[in-house]
Amino acid sequence: MAGLSLNNNGELNPPLWLLAELTYSCPLQCPYCSNPMEIANYKDELSTEDWLRVLHDARKMGSTQLGFSGGEPLVRKDLEILIKEARKLGYYSNLITSGVGMDGERIAGFKEAGLDHIQVSFQASDEELNNFIAGTDSFKHKLEMAREVKKQGYPMVLCFVLHRHNTDKVKDIIELAIALEADYLELATTQYYGWANHNKEQLLPTRKQIEAAEKVAHQYQEKMKDKMRIFYVVPDYFEDRPKPCMNGWGNVFLTITPDGTALPCHSARLIPGLELPNVKDHSIDWIWKDSPDFNKFRGYDWMKEPCRSCDEKEKDFGGCRCQALMQTGDAANTDPVCSKSPHHSELLEEVRRIEGLAGQTIEEHPLVFRNMRVSKKIITSSTGS
Amino acid sequence: MNKESIPTLSPLFRFQWEEAQQCHVVLYPEGMVKLSQSAGEIMKQVDGEKSVTTIIQTLSDLFDGADVSDDVIAFITEAEKNGWIEPK
Ligand code: SF4
Ligand code: SF4
Repeated sequence: MAGLSLNNNGELNPPLWLLAELTYSCPLQCPYCSNPMEIANYKDELSTEDWLRVLHDARKMGSTQLGFSGGEPLVRKDLEILIKEARKLGYYSNLITSGVGMDGERIAGFKEAGLDHIQVSFQASDEELNNFIAGTDSFKHKLEMAREVKKQGYPMVLCFVLHRHNTDKVKDIIELAIALEADYLELATTQYYGWANHNKEQLLPTRKQIEAAEKVAHQYQEKMKDKMRIFYVVPDYFEDRPKPCMNGWGNVFLTITPDGTALPCHSARLIPGLELPNVKDHSIDWIWKDSPDFNKFRGYDWMKEPCRSCDEKEKDFGGCRCQALMQTGDAANTDPVCSKSPHHSELLEEVRRIEGLAGQTIEEHPLVFRNMRVSKKIITSSTGS
Repeated sequence: MNKESIPTLSPLFRFQWEEAQQCHVVLYPEGMVKLSQSAGEIMKQVDGEKSVTTIIQTLSDLFDGADVSDDVIAFITEAEKNGWIEPK
């Protein structure tokens, strides 16, 4: 195994980031959700004991940052127990939530249990659009929760996932974050997996939108320096080099899905040929160090040309495996975002085609909201039963 | 901050020893900074009670009378800029 993933002593890096997807249940229905469309198939959730063991074993290997996410992690009744254990083990724990299912009392309870940080996600900066995208009347409650999080002394990240319907509102979004006294603002790009991929034609912003938003974000980054950190990343399909996806496969991130499947990235389930080890059958130690999945794209030896002989591979690790798979049919190919990829022009073509659809109502493909009912329908129609 | 200031850890950050990494780290939402050994030693003295002068004296005593003054001031300045510590 080459260079990457090995520290100075020649040992494998630990899974510094543990993402605990506690449940796929969620009261919201965001069409940009990157959860799999087959969520209705994953009814079997790990028990409290399973999660406690996962937390313990990963911490022993050196996991430090712990994210409780989902779905909506607040749905899990044992969240307080898990937070308490996380604190005891020395994790820095992050609750990644829509705010729906929380109240002042529960926020105080989390604090007492030892939670370090709460990230609240919003769908938009105004009530109408927020509630439309979320598929739920949640805006007012989110505002209230954000204020409560700050009042109770937590550091707060506000997260807005950007797409065609809210990218033009970046200024209002930033102003809202300032008014709510966020410490960090994450203007995230939609990850086009799962539901988001299904809704791609309706969600992909245009290049013009992105360029305008980028300008505004940079102005505020300068203006808010020292007060609020603003993270804004240009979607990579408008660039000619990919992002260093997950900071390298099996290098930093370990995701555990609600049913206990361990993934090197949260959409890895797409990739054919993976064995999808489960924490119910294997130790975290084996999964991270020895499982075929976590070694599959680790380091550089798996790479094909043009990545293999490229002098930039240590910067971007060849980009995203899932993107490579979805656009080129082979997860081991160069991410087509890269201008050196022979598939790059196809990607540009696709983006241009979708850009052309912006502003039209697309009758054949209406926006599909993420919920169990739709999921079941999709499962039945794809299995043909 | 000046030499009489009493630095204290900001409530938005956590500081701890990481056994697996064998170093001190500063933790914040979704991120972590590993500290060098000397930075870790200085951070350990930031307790909301000692002034910068006292921290310098304590560390100097700990390291056989070494002159640590410049290092401490440089680190305290940097750490304050990063928001990790603030004057009490
Ligand atoms: S993106 Fe929306 S629907 Fe998906 S889990 Fe998050 S809040 Fe729920
Ligand atoms: S060819 Fe591969 S390694 Fe080189 S820049 Fe493109 S994606 Fe990165």
